[in-house]
Amino acid sequence: MKNLPLLFLGIFFALAFSWMGLILSSEIQIGGLKPTTEFVVNPDTEEQIAGLYFTDENGRPVEGVPAVGEATFPQAIPGDAQQGRLIYIDQGCLYCHSQQVRRKGYGADFERGWGNRQTVARDYVLQPRVLLGTSRTGPDLMAVGDRLPSSEWHYLHLYNPQFTSEGSIMPPYRYLFETREIGDAPSPDALKIPSNFPSEQPPEGYEIVPTERARQLVAYLQSLRLNYELPESRFAE
Amino acid sequence: MSPLLSFFTSIDPKAKPGIPVKVQLSEIDRSLKVPTLLFLIFAVIWLQIGSFFAIVSSIKMHNPEFLANWEWLTFGRARSAHLNAMAFGWANQAIFAVAIWIMARLCKTAVRHGGLLVIAGIFWNIGVAVGVIGILTGGLTSVEWLEMPPQVAPILAFSYVLIAVWGIIAFRFRQLGHVYVSQWYILGALFWFPWLYVVAQIMILWEPARGTVQAITNWWFAHNVLGLWFTPVGLAAIYYFLPKVLGRPIHSYYLSVLGFWSLALFYNWAGIHHLIGGPIPVWLISAGIVASVMMVIPVIVTAINHHMTAVGNARAVWASPTLRFIVFGAMSYTLVSLLGSAMALRDVNVVTHFTQFTVGHAHHGVYAFFTMVMFGSIYFMMPRMLNREWPSAGLIKVHFWCAAIGIGIMLVGLHVGGWIQGEQMIALDAEGNPKYTFLEIVKNLVPWLFSRSVSGMLLSIGHIAFLVHFFWMLAGPKISQYKDGPTLLARLNKEEGA
Repeated sequence: MKNLPLLFLGIFFALAFSWMGLILSSEIQIGGLKPTTEFVVNPDTEEQIAGLYFTDENGRPVEGVPAVGEATFPQAIPGDAQQGRLIYIDQGCLYCHSQQVRRKGYGADFERGWGNRQTVARDYVLQPRVLLGTSRTGPDLMAVGDRLPSSEWHYLHLYNPQFTSEGSIMPPYRYLFETREIGDAPSPDALKIPSNFPSEQPPEGYEIVPTERARQLVAYLQSLRLNYELPESRFAE
Repeated sequence: MSPLLSFFTSIDPKAKPGIPVKVQLSEIDRSLKVPTLLFLIFAVIWLQIGSFFAIVSSIKMHNPEFLANWEWLTFGRARSAHLNAMAFGWANQAIFAVAIWIMARLCKTAVRHGGLLVIAGIFWNIGVAVGVIGILTGGLTSVEWLEMPPQVAPILAFSYVLIAVWGIIAFRFRQLGHVYVSQWYILGALFWFPWLYVVAQIMILWEPARGTVQAITNWWFAHNVLGLWFTPVGLAAIYYFLPKVLGRPIHSYYLSVLGFWSLALFYNWAGIHHLIGGPIPVWLISAGIVASVMMVIPVIVTAINHHMTAVGNARAVWASPTLRFIVFGAMSYTLVSLLGSAMALRDVNVVTHFTQFTVGHAHHGVYAFFTMVMFGSIYFMMPRMLNREWPSAGLIKVHFWCAAIGIGIMLVGLHVGGWIQGEQMIALDAEGNPKYTFLEIVKNLVPWLFSRSVSGMLLSIGHIAFLVHFFWMLAGPKISQYKDGPTLLARLNKEEGA
């Protein structure tokens, strides 16, 4: 090969092509998605239409703002859950747990109870970092807040996954808890370690309580819910 | 040199008169000695660090209580430290050393101002060290292949520019008109990587794109690091060393052109197959699948070119340390790429996606192909730069067999285990309920995960043999020492032994 300008141009355009095709065009297509009401009815056609609308002075739907009093989805998560997301990130939970549900009939996500519907791009628009994950060494967590709403379960599971899921290969996160002397009265949050784990019991007069980080992480896990429908993704039958 | 050839050389205006090729090459080798050795020394050290974290995270997967109370070694962090130590510490620096060395030799030009390369190399290592420590101490970003805290990126980008520019300058000052296939691949890689890295850093970490555009960017980057950075340099090394050591030309020039352009065109669309079934527009997924399947073209073409060049020279391949590793790598490249194309098909992907099969596939590409080729290249380069031979054929054999058997065990374990895991994950009984509970699947996976730890130990033994041998050679006597020729792993001719 002697035609060097051609070589350079080829090298350049090969990547430019995929960058425009995959990244730029998906940014144009889905980068501007906003939270939306589940659907609205167009008064002209009586059709349900997708998107974010409110009505102008003539009663016609206008894109941009929800109708007064209407909730939009997905919803922002509370502040402690947002802190918990940062802990989820720095502990690397993503490397075993995905957060995406595939459509019914493709895989068995629906049958495993990981979500009632396929997740779509709009489900993720409020997340500062999207944690789709590509591994299911552990179960999918997209809707774990719906499945396991009890914080006590989560604390026990994080402290030692064997308490709740015997045979699990998830590492224990004991360092998110502290063992402290019982004060005037036992803390209401103190872990109730199952009696078949005698070696894990705190010493007499001590209790194991979740630290602030454990609380935030559990708040995040509980915030992961898929209990709303979007116009482009309805609950599967 | 034959009289006829020397005649033509003498009237060729581009040939420098009076300097034999070998002298010219050894000049080039000498000019690159200090920076290349620096990259290789640190690369070999990072290889050990990466192996350590690999074993820790592998054991944690079947024995969750292992080192469980140290937060900095929790699974997510240890495996990320492993990946980044290997990718940025070992693989990138092996690329810098091998790519720039091959480039300079093919361009027949000595490197100017190698001192700047040394400075850039030191900064690169500081960047990687800070990054890995950052991962372990809570700066993990949870973005696959970009786990280091984003603050490290400017240091790495700065060093990268300083280093890569040398490859391009060498190309600028090249002699002779024809540009060899290895040079196309290296040039391409040197341009592609910074683009990928900067776009991914900006669109995911600095000014995050909205929603799943992040995930698309992530896989565009992560898969292209393999396809447009590791793969081209690995192929460049195979294209350079295979004909060089065998002393015969590459099988077909036409096929190498076809292989290069089809790789450049298809590979960078293929990364989306990591998101099949995911929450992104379906047309993107289809494009990713098409591109992954089209990858069959460059792979088959390159395979024909490599294997037809090596065919009939089994004895030479077996005897030469360089070729033994490189041909192993070339065969793995063919296999791993065909498997990769198959994995992008929806029916296969629904089983393999989310399982250890993918992890096995990643190691197949990065270790069995890329790392083996880099090992082979280093076995060729070191004697030329240091003017002395590898001290021990035995240690090379230990290295080769540990690597070959180790990676073999890992590939079987993770592919078979991952396939079973995937099949059980989607299996439904007659009523439409999952046939296996999640915990059952995990328990069935544990023996396969255990086999990975065994393979990790073997690989690490090989790496330690390599480390010992590498520094033994560095510390060896300064004088040229050619003994009875190069260090070989087997006799070249049957008669020789008689």
